Amino acid sequence: MTVPVLSVKGLSVRFRMRGGTHVSAVTDATFDLAAGECLALVGESGCGKSVLASALLGLLPQNAQTSGSALLGDTDLLTADERTLARTVRGRRVGLVPQSPAAHLTPVRTVRSQLEETLRELAGVRGPGLRAAAETAAERAAFPAGHLDRYPHELSGGLAQRAATALALVGDAPLLLADEPTTGLDRDLVDRTVDELRRHVGEDRALLLITHDLAAAERIADRVAVMYASRVVEIAAADDFFGTRGPRHPYARGLLNALPEREFTPIPGMPPELTALPEGCAFAARCARADTACATVPALTGGAACHHPHADVLEAPRA
Amino acid sequence: MLELRAITAGYDRRAPVFRSVDLTLAPGESVGLLGPSGCGKSTLARVAALLHRPDAGQLVIDGEVARGWRHRAPREQRTAFGVVFQQPRLSADPRLALRDLVAEPLRAVGRSSEVADLVPELAARVGLGKDLMGRRPHEVSDGQLQRACLARALVLRPRWLVCDEMTAMLDASTTAALVHVVEEYRRESGAGMLAVGHDRVLLERWCDRTVRWEELVAG
Repeated sequence: MTVPVLSVKGLSVRFRMRGGTHVSAVTDATFDLAAGECLALVGESGCGKSVLASALLGLLPQNAQTSGSALLGDTDLLTADERTLARTVRGRRVGLVPQSPAAHLTPVRTVRSQLEETLRELAGVRGPGLRAAAETAAERAAFPAGHLDRYPHELSGGLAQRAATALALVGDAPLLLADEPTTGLDRDLVDRTVDELRRHVGEDRALLLITHDLAAAERIADRVAVMYASRVVEIAAADDFFGTRGPRHPYARGLLNALPEREFTPIPGMPPELTALPEGCAFAARCARADTACATVPALTGGAACHHPHADVLEAPRA
Repeated sequence: MLELRAITAGYDRRAPVFRSVDLTLAPGESVGLLGPSGCGKSTLARVAALLHRPDAGQLVIDGEVARGWRHRAPREQRTAFGVVFQQPRLSADPRLALRDLVAEPLRAVGRSSEVADLVPELAARVGLGKDLMGRRPHEVSDGQLQRACLARALVLRPRWLVCDEMTAMLDASTTAALVHVVEEYRRESGAGMLAVGHDRVLLERWCDRTVRWEELVAG
């Protein structure tokens, strides 16, 4: 494999809360992302997925403490100063497709004006060509030109999403970070949005797709990382994960079996609070396979962080 | 039986969102209404739940014509419906602890004395522990809050449930859990349901039958 676009090692994020408690939002996340690859990070709401994205953009709040590293080329995104992040990283080397486009877009300016500004700043387009460039940029994200002069509140959820995607693509960043880009969209639009993202990845970019929508992940991901209670508990090739082999971690298996096209049975119980994670495996309390071994946190080996992973061990486990 | 007869509704009388839509739900039937975003299916669901007054047409609830909408609806008609919306954050009063959120319909109809019995029972049913029930919306996840919103919709034991994209924000496991709670309630109470959404796979698995929005407005 060539040099990865993004290399995350031992990334942890903790928030210091009032009263001396801590929220462990991300614990010891390690993964690589190669050019041309799409990694889907899946998990339920509140498992720490979005915090991971914020960490990669240097957008964590003041009370966050990070450790580990996240190398984008030779820049460590965790330790880079604000000036570097603002001038060379955000938009230029990491494009963000946000979770709620309605909140991401400036409410008092039209989509056209926001696209033109971004083109001016990131692509250096000036003068009379700007108008046409904005229309081309909108076109790339399938945003209809007829809606360019609208304000964000005049757009439906799907159109707002495409406007935000168009903005994210302007900088031609090697890493695209899509944080729940399909929430609230209907299935056709979800398919179109993720296909579009996949297409933009092409050969030389990488996409980190953060989502709770397993169908969207299955559609475009090359690899799937499952996050549970702040930890990445499984990383697998998408074909294996969604295919006949299936997930190896019991949580991932349960999540997949909850889908209406599969067994449609929920995982019993609820995930633990990130303020009070158990000493051992965080899933043990909900797991039918749990025993005394689960009192210690399992390491992520052979693709799954579990003491009793489901069988069919990969012959050549991927890191 | 829940009958929507020639309903025309929207937010501007000159340009209604849809015209003359008919939809009938048999007693105890669950119907999934499928449509793309922005098509007007949520508006129809709001009409069916007495939350939006249509410009024209009739809503007949178990043989009785709807006589008013929103707070003007007579109580026995209003309380025949339980409604769960897409975004729990927007449909929960941020000042109320979850237990008060669930208890509010009981208090609003003067049945406060039943709060102590019914609320814990519903909390258990939707999988919320005592600790969580004491928290306010900003202290819980979307999935946990939606569980409370579902409990709130069930607390008056409605004859009809209207679920408007109830699970669109939720992960697969929470979705399956909430659908199971709804179905358990329907089995024991015989309540009917209108579920609105865009997830064809989910609604086909969940509902007795599904209707596509295009069929409704064309017919």
